[in-house]
Amino acid sequence: MSENPFPLSKDDLLKAYRTMRTIRDFEERLHIDFAKGDIPGFVHLYAGEEACATGIMMHLNDNDRIASTHRGHGHCIAKGVDVHAMMAEIYGRSTGACRGKGGSMHIADLSKGMMGANGILGAGAPLICGAALAAKVRGDRGVGITFVGDGASNQGTFLESLNLAAVWNLPVVFVVENNGYAESTAMEWAVSCDSYVDRATGFGMPGVTVDGTDLFAVHEAAGEIIRRARDGGGPALLECNMVRFYGHFEGDAQTYRAKGEVEALRASRDCLVMLAERVVEAGVVARDELHRIDREVADLIEDAVRAAKAAPLPAPSELLTDVYVSY
Amino acid sequence: MSRKISMKTAINEALDLEMRRDPTVIVMGEDIVGGTGANGEDDAWGGVLGVTKGLYAKHGDRLMDTPLSESAYIGAAVGAAACGLRPVAELMFMDFMGVCFDQIFNQAAKFRYMFGGKAQTPVVIRGMVGAGFRAAAQHSQMLTPLFTHIPGLKVVCPSNAYDAKGLLIQSIRDNDPVIFCEHKNLYGLECDVPAESYAIPFGEANILRDGDDVTIVSYGLTVHRALEAATALAKDRIEAEVIDLRTLSPIDWDTIIESVERTGRLVVVDEAHPRCNLATDIAAFVGQNAFGALKAGAQMVTGPHTPVPFSPSLEDLYVPSAEAIAAAVRRTLSPTGSRSHGIAA
Repeated sequence: MSENPFPLSKDDLLKAYRTMRTIRDFEERLHIDFAKGDIPGFVHLYAGEEACATGIMMHLNDNDRIASTHRGHGHCIAKGVDVHAMMAEIYGRSTGACRGKGGSMHIADLSKGMMGANGILGAGAPLICGAALAAKVRGDRGVGITFVGDGASNQGTFLESLNLAAVWNLPVVFVVENNGYAESTAMEWAVSCDSYVDRATGFGMPGVTVDGTDLFAVHEAAGEIIRRARDGGGPALLECNMVRFYGHFEGDAQTYRAKGEVEALRASRDCLVMLAERVVEAGVVARDELHRIDREVADLIEDAVRAAKAAPLPAPSELLTDVYVSY
Repeated sequence: MSRKISMKTAINEALDLEMRRDPTVIVMGEDIVGGTGANGEDDAWGGVLGVTKGLYAKHGDRLMDTPLSESAYIGAAVGAAACGLRPVAELMFMDFMGVCFDQIFNQAAKFRYMFGGKAQTPVVIRGMVGAGFRAAAQHSQMLTPLFTHIPGLKVVCPSNAYDAKGLLIQSIRDNDPVIFCEHKNLYGLECDVPAESYAIPFGEANILRDGDDVTIVSYGLTVHRALEAATALAKDRIEAEVIDLRTLSPIDWDTIIESVERTGRLVVVDEAHPRCNLATDIAAFVGQNAFGALKAGAQMVTGPHTPVPFSPSLEDLYVPSAEAIAAAVRRTLSPTGSRSHGIAA
């Protein structure tokens, strides 16, 4: 093995690869099982975007909070939410992360600092300001990260939160996951500014744009602004330019995309392949080591699906629990 | 020790006592301190009507002025509650709920259920409701039915200083999101209030006047109109029982049903618009569960199905009057069969 030219240890590289592979396989499996009709409801897949969640979450611990989006599976896995509990939740089973009462768009695990995927676009930004405020009041050096897509970056909640975080000097990082599409609408058309850095500047905070398919670029940029927030330096915005391998939701025929667009992106901008090639070519990791991880992840996903399908549905009495019921 | 204080002072006391008791209680809102960042006095306002005046001097940075960004700071209060604090966020006028309702009904109200019981959101959103302040259509509404409709929210609307103090203390200690509605025309009303801390449990209505002939159910300002009506009716030997709901969700069905089973007559008074409000809700519930006890159809006295008008001459017609309530009571005593929607005007 050659000397490691990367800013990440070999252990960290393998961990990052495992996280990204887990997200990819989780999503690819959902794509197949959804098409078969096994999964109820709406599913939005994160495949293609794995480097962003992974590169950011490598800097966080369970005490740090994240607020996710409708496309939240990748954030959950990277933040350490149990894959079996996630799969069971998506299948609506009682063993799910939310005991089957949340579903794909509402997976949460507060013990891991995961404050929930969110079906309302832009809604996580105010919530993470509150999480960061709680960390500030406690003085526990926790930070809050909120994710929005390029689409939800136009929500008033997001823009108000940029201002609030700046005014209160909160330890928040606003991550714009720019995959080029707000559902079916092009980012170039729907976002009025040329660069998210301009928006950050307008709210008096630093903004950074990185190639969100490059794990190292995300990791480096996120590390700097998360450290700054943790040290009381205030909020910042990180734009990750990335690619979406599937539609807005499963079942989306994606007729708004150019013919061959997705195939071209898979061939040229697959973050998982790019990471594997770089670390193998540098001689830091052997291809066999990655293949071993691939096999382990495949087994994990297979077992998660098997367990989810075998798990009991929520008891009928669950309809009326976990909420005050007055009738 | 008990002394006469106003509802405004009682709310201030409740916040002060809970902030002393529990370091996780923080208070935020627009101008709740007042003058932050400006060159004049500290604690310049203490809220637009001075409800939080003086708390900054006692608790410092645990009182936080906010930018005029209801979505952001109400959402921040919700997020902080999900992360272990007990924030009390002032919305100033509950009419502003339209700006930030997503953070309340889609976020705060749903977390506990949607996350499978693994989250709690102990946040209080407090603010002014109600007409009669010459505040016009966007600062005068009684939106309590909207909040009561949402599962996961608890809704409180006190009619006096004693209840306001005990119910706000309970609201702060409750682990669910609470919408705490303060009728702005009751802020100055005084009554005996103990200086010490006490909590009034949710879901316990208060019978303010006993009577065997008719049950009048209300909450907030119109409780006082109902009491006026009862006094007037007593001159004609009509004895009305007046029930103050105090909390709308949870609601004390037992007290309502027990009273109607005794009196056989029901008048429900709600300052809110007439459709899908507390009056329709309670009339329907009694109709379903105590139909046999009713000697006449339930009467509903509400605000009209209009925005709140500005001109004092019109606004005074808007809020249900003691006369309208007394007339509704008389209708239950001699039903004519004529159709009445019982609106204030």
